[in-house]
Amino acid sequence: MSNVGIVIVSHSPLVAEGTADMVRQMVGDEVPLAWCGGNGHGGLGTSVEAIMGAIEKAWSEAGVAILVDLGGAETNSEMAVEMIGEPRAQKIVVCNAPIVEGAVMAATEASGGASLKEVVATAHELSPS
Amino acid sequence: MAVFDLASLITAAADTIAAHAEELTALDQAIGDGDHGLNMKRGFEAVRAEAEAFSAKPLPEALKGIGTKLVMTVGGASGPLFGTLFLTLGKEISAEPDRANLTAAFGKAIEAVAARGKSQVGQKTMLDVLQPVHDALAGGKTAAEIADIADRAADATIPMKALRGRASFLGDRSIGHMDAGGRSVALLVRAIGEALEGQP
Repeated sequence: MSNVGIVIVSHSPLVAEGTADMVRQMVGDEVPLAWCGGNGHGGLGTSVEAIMGAIEKAWSEAGVAILVDLGGAETNSEMAVEMIGEPRAQKIVVCNAPIVEGAVMAATEASGGASLKEVVATAHELSPS
Repeated sequence: MAVFDLASLITAAADTIAAHAEELTALDQAIGDGDHGLNMKRGFEAVRAEAEAFSAKPLPEALKGIGTKLVMTVGGASGPLFGTLFLTLGKEISAEPDRANLTAAFGKAIEAVAARGKSQVGQKTMLDVLQPVHDALAGGKTAAEIADIADRAADATIPMKALRGRASFLGDRSIGHMDAGGRSVALLVRAIGEALEGQP
């Protein structure tokens, strides 16, 4: 698919899945979408391995925007991007935006064929800088 | 420090983390999300499980392997932070490091951790212990002296106000508790230093 992909990373699988449901309701199957949540051992947290898997699943040549919740989700997502490495890493951005609003807005923008830069900018507009 | 037995260092590191897992978790429960001890223990046990394989590799490759293993198994924010520390050490260290090379590599590793955590010294994080340890390494201190410096640096995080991580949500209420990541660094520094002492 040529639209930018969206990855949702929460400490809670329930939050991640629920956010993904809201995104699907808005954009259907127009946007590659994947989510992950939990530490991989049944607890709250985030897992670099799971994030890398979600990026693979939502991969698009147009790029991938990642929406995260709390700090560890951001740190682990940045680590995952680094481990995926170039050349793909430069097409993956961890957004600074609230996870639910950011994911829905970014996906809506992506569904219209917007570039990664435009998708990320839309998400970032939600965060006071 | 020519050739040393990496497996014994891994054992020492994993032992001290396992022995203090409950204490680390208690520190993290006070001002964080309470998973630090368990996460660190899981990560270092995973490294211990492959200690022989790591030891068979040249030191830079071994450290990079340990870093990757920690990233993949520790979880939380500590996984990428401790993982980055070892990954960068592996990238910067030579196969048979002297003290100057170790100190320089450690300095680069600290810079990488600071970048990964978007943090700096003075924000009640592991950096507040890593940096004094680096300075002590650079200043020619003995392993025992460095371990004491690390303990004092961990203690010195108690009156600090957290500016990064989950503890920063608490603002002034983070004051009066030791940073769990800093405590982990101090434990590792002492254990690895003592294990190195007994070696040629």
